[in-house]
Amino acid sequence: MTATIDPIVGRYVYLDLQGRPHRIYFEEAGAGIPLLCLHTAASDGRQFRHMMTDKDITDHFRVIAFDMPWHGKSTPPDGWQDEEYQLTTDAYIELIRTFRDALGLKKPVALGCSIGGRIVLPLAMRHAKEFSALIGLESAAYQTGWYDSSWLHRPDAHGGEVCAGIVSGMVAPQSPSSNRWETLWHYMQSGPGVFKGDIYFYRADSDLRPNLDKIDTSVCPLYLMTGEYDFSCTPENTLETAAEIPGAEVVIMKEIGHFAMSENPKKFRQYLLPVLESIKARHRRTR
Amino acid sequence: MSVKWLDRKFVLEHEKPQNGRDTMVDRQTSGLPLSEVVERLPQLVNGNPALLRRGKYVTTDIMLEIGPIPLHVAIIAGRIETLSRGPLLMRSWSFAVRGREQTWRRFWAVHPEPRFHDIFALAKFGEFRIEGDFRPLMTNLLYFKGLLESPRVLADER
Repeated sequence: MTATIDPIVGRYVYLDLQGRPHRIYFEEAGAGIPLLCLHTAASDGRQFRHMMTDKDITDHFRVIAFDMPWHGKSTPPDGWQDEEYQLTTDAYIELIRTFRDALGLKKPVALGCSIGGRIVLPLAMRHAKEFSALIGLESAAYQTGWYDSSWLHRPDAHGGEVCAGIVSGMVAPQSPSSNRWETLWHYMQSGPGVFKGDIYFYRADSDLRPNLDKIDTSVCPLYLMTGEYDFSCTPENTLETAAEIPGAEVVIMKEIGHFAMSENPKKFRQYLLPVLESIKARHRRTR
Repeated sequence: MSVKWLDRKFVLEHEKPQNGRDTMVDRQTSGLPLSEVVERLPQLVNGNPALLRRGKYVTTDIMLEIGPIPLHVAIIAGRIETLSRGPLLMRSWSFAVRGREQTWRRFWAVHPEPRFHDIFALAKFGEFRIEGDFRPLMTNLLYFKGLLESPRVLADER
């Protein structure tokens, strides 16, 4: 009897991050231009499994997604039990660049969603020459808060259930039920305090607008893609950000929410494939 | 900035009503009077085993303000036991969700428009007010979202 096996391979890499040893899990599929995928807060690389099984993508791109420390199969560093996890911009950038260098990825494309979409902006500001393109899903330089994040980690509230309950509204009503609930399942599985710690990243560096003039899209093209049902990062938030970045390309995705690649992969690919074609064309021209 | 639009024109503000009628809302929402929609809430919740399983630890009274009418919902172990139309003197509730009639109708469309599809989206943009004791809401969030969204299945009825 033969069974279907996804063409996805997962392995572990040992990295030193912030002076401490870490064991980081990552998955990959495909060959070609390296496409480094950055998952959302509280979740993990499973959000990219549909991209990793899409031949129109994997025939041309080596799709790679790591689980951030404290997420998925990347355990926290030793001593975690006495610490409060709080993500910072510098730590996140160090993770991305250290992982990239450990795998020997030469000027990859980076595609990130939510916190992954947000970090694309500081990457564009500080390290544009190190990437061949940057794609920010649900990304903006400034967003207003809409809930008290202390609810994400309290002894009287089941963390997994409350995390999923909060983000459930960020999935578009049209998204297929099985994709919706798989996306929420990932949130239900996040470790205690991890979602809250990821959100710290938004508070600590809450406003990137003053530094948008540091982004030069002639050095590294920037694509910002936002779902119309995303009310956390609204299309207006993204458009306001893009208006300050000459050359930025914006795609507003109909009937999609905050988790495009995971909540509605069939619809998302309609928007993503033209962006990837543009990146492939530029890659051919500059090789 | 280069902006690629959707396959329809992306409207940054929601479509304005034409001649006093919001045609998008009319196509998607139930033709039933709102009073009939809310009267079906106990049947919708109590007839949903998955929702009852989620709410088995929920015993509380909540208030849904639909336009000028406060609706008191008494929940015992996840089941809606009574639905009382106010105003009622000195009636307590743990938390309340308040909105205009038109807002509730748009929330109850089968595929609500962006910003009208989730209670927190509505609260963020000032269409809903959620107040009171947040603990029962947040500790049973998927249950209450399921309860509040349950009338969407009625949207095909005329």
